[in-house]
Amino acid sequence: MKKMSFFNFSLTTFSPNGKLLQIEHALKAVESGATSLGIKASNGVVIVTVKKLPTTLIDENSVKKIQKLNDGIGVIYSGLGPDYRVLISKARKKSQQYFKQYNEIIPVNIISRKVAGIMQEFTQSGGVRPFGVSLLVAGYDHNGPQLFQVDPSGSFWAWKATAIGKNSSNSKKFLEKRYKPDMEIEDAINTAILTLKEGFEGEMDEFNIEVGVIKNDKKFRILEPEEVKDYISELNL
Amino acid sequence: MAGKNCVAIAGDTRFGVRNQTVALDSNRIFKINNRTLFGMTGLNTDILTLRESFKFQMNLYNLEEEREISPKTFAHNVAQTLYSKRFGPYFITPIIAGLEGEDYTPFLCATDLIGAMEFPKSFVVAGTGEESLMGVCETFYKENMEPEELFEVVSQCLLAAVDRDALSGWGSVVHVLTKDGITTKRLRTRKD
Repeated sequence: MKKMSFFNFSLTTFSPNGKLLQIEHALKAVESGATSLGIKASNGVVIVTVKKLPTTLIDENSVKKIQKLNDGIGVIYSGLGPDYRVLISKARKKSQQYFKQYNEIIPVNIISRKVAGIMQEFTQSGGVRPFGVSLLVAGYDHNGPQLFQVDPSGSFWAWKATAIGKNSSNSKKFLEKRYKPDMEIEDAINTAILTLKEGFEGEMDEFNIEVGVIKNDKKFRILEPEEVKDYISELNL
Repeated sequence: MAGKNCVAIAGDTRFGVRNQTVALDSNRIFKINNRTLFGMTGLNTDILTLRESFKFQMNLYNLEEEREISPKTFAHNVAQTLYSKRFGPYFITPIIAGLEGEDYTPFLCATDLIGAMEFPKSFVVAGTGEESLMGVCETFYKENMEPEELFEVVSQCLLAAVDRDALSGWGSVVHVLTKDGITTKRLRTRKD
């Protein structure tokens, strides 16, 4: 459904030094969002995020930050949750349209490109603001395991390992040291949770982080709290 | 018709308007890529239009996906395109023949004019002579034919069937697709 736009002019305009300030501000919103990170292993991809809820009164089972776009692709974000939900909705529709046309699961780079296209539209259309989220898209297709980041500007690119949100530069430095190209998925999951732990404020347990994994079975799975607990206790040893 | 790691697709080359023959060299079988052949029968203008339409879609697919389309995916694309015109259809019967996957498994698909797909393992027929073709193919088809034998069988089936159909004939072309490439041969038929 197209929202009625009462403006004919874009709210995102160039500043004299060639920057689009709205996009810069959107990136600031991402930077102050909860940390998310992803690692591409030789036989799979893992994405993790911090699910810090403001109060213990919130039912954490109702909050699911990692989402599936289709059976073979999972997404996580840093930034504004409501913007994320809208993007997930649009991305799922695009992925189903592709499946209807070709009877094939959409490749990771293609859906990343389409989502980036949507985000770019909102930097150039009338009366709208850019999305305040960066996404990490993890999937496994005919090109193997892939991890893409999509930014509010609409740029997207593939990572071997990355972090977004709070503490992302420290986390990235940590990942740079630990990343090996021939890493296996189990190793990658441990490294991801360890990296998250480095910048974690307070005690990390299986209820305040979320872990999503895709292996060469090409099915994206969000891990149950019990499984996450096992990984965390392995690290504590 | 499917053979052992090969497929063949054959058609006549007559373009006629009822009983007037307009052209003798209308080619209705097109190569989509090294793995997929696509043939159509029916209204000539729709054949030509869809040829261009699929060429357009496939060029974009190759550029965006940076890979070649597989025969199965192409078949679904064809069916979807045809169904999108459900209430004002293209009057064609398409046949898709190809080699699927790393094992070069033969793939056959035929759809009706609004995209109902069938995936037979042995052979598909379409056109004004389809009833004759069905009979001859049933008789001569056997499993796991090598490319040379497949070519012989397909040619004989086509020749026999077009002789029985007043609206088919005036030349024919047979393509045999194997993992090494496509061999194309033109056959002489009765010119009447």
